[in-house]
Amino acid sequence: MPTANFKTLTPLLTIPSIDFVWSILATVRDPEIPALNVVEMGIVRNVKIADEKLVVTITPTYSGCPAMRAIEDDITTALKENLIASFEIETTLSPPWTTDWMTDEAREKLTGEGIAPPQKGSADKNLLMGKLRDVKCPRCGSHDTHMISQFGSTACKSLYKCNFCLEPFDYFKCI
Amino acid sequence: MKTSDHLFDYILRTADNCLIYGQRIAEWCGHGPVLEEDIALSNTALDYLGQATNLLKYAAQIEGKGRTEDDIAFLRDASEFKNLLIVELPNGDYGYTIARQFLFSSFYLLYLEKLCGSKDEFLAGFAAKSIKELKYHVQHAGDWVLRMGDGTEESHQRIQKAINELWEYTPEFFIVDELDTDAISSGIGVDVAALKEQWKQNVSDIITEATLQVPADGWGHKGGRLGKHTEHLGFILSDMQYLQRMYPGAKW
Repeated sequence: MPTANFKTLTPLLTIPSIDFVWSILATVRDPEIPALNVVEMGIVRNVKIADEKLVVTITPTYSGCPAMRAIEDDITTALKENLIASFEIETTLSPPWTTDWMTDEAREKLTGEGIAPPQKGSADKNLLMGKLRDVKCPRCGSHDTHMISQFGSTACKSLYKCNFCLEPFDYFKCI
Repeated sequence: MKTSDHLFDYILRTADNCLIYGQRIAEWCGHGPVLEEDIALSNTALDYLGQATNLLKYAAQIEGKGRTEDDIAFLRDASEFKNLLIVELPNGDYGYTIARQFLFSSFYLLYLEKLCGSKDEFLAGFAAKSIKELKYHVQHAGDWVLRMGDGTEESHQRIQKAINELWEYTPEFFIVDELDTDAISSGIGVDVAALKEQWKQNVSDIITEATLQVPADGWGHKGGRLGKHTEHLGFILSDMQYLQRMYPGAKW
């Protein structure tokens, strides 16, 4: 374990470097979408050390998303596996999570998984105002797609169908 | 607010709406008319249960008696619940469920819009998050009201009957009592009476577009927010609280 990642105050009390913690958190995957990690999804909001204690702040995606509990447990496991014993995982509701926080890399990974990535904020506001949004089929790339249902296999996805290759696919809802 | 008990009771009103409503529409899980709707209502119920959890966690913290959100949800009797009567009513047919979702979520969306401006930091954060989900609920229900109203003779008749029956449960949305006044004057709560105009406009637009009639205003059921409930709540609680009642303190 590279010592540069730890600043030793006293033999027992070791404080991990912030970057080291972020690198650990980037290994924690979303249980529903294993291709994505919780950092690129924008779930991890902040990592700070307050009076010699590590505090990781996360924010839930959907209020009722059961994966959030699993994510909290996985973060705990990942930190402990890297010999970080004293830390706290804080949950905050504000500012509310938005799909705009997802990195472009995360969006590409989604397409690779056969899930159409969420468009940047404005597109979806059109839908809520009744205008259809333009969702590309992750398999054949056609724009000729239509929504089957606003609610899909998980809270964060709705169900679409491609009119060109006739395949159903999930669209990651904008929120 | 005057006392933390007042704030606790005020939070319970919205928390119980979410908790009981989420529990009630989750009953459609496995019984939906089509798979997509089965999933839609289950997802909607999940959102409401998540919102209830967030609010009950905060309420438990405010109360400061060491209770958790699970204790508050599972170890209270019917008379201690503060939800609106409309959310505890049985699901009925799919027209009834959609009509209720449409009338209730249209109100709850407006409520959250105003709650975003609450002086209570947590409640404002909660509202800003929950409102995102509510937009999908309202839009989903509105689409179905249109489909049913402007659909076949039978769907038109069923949704109209449902809206007529449920209309007398909507006045309770807008009642302002001393607890509300205390919450409003301290800048934490929402003046629900002021939402009536906008709510009536929003729902009437969709109802008339769906070739349906907007029922006349009149007498309304009330009492849920004071713990006086219909017989239906007891059945929900016997389902929801069964495990904690049979094995008190059971843990996963």
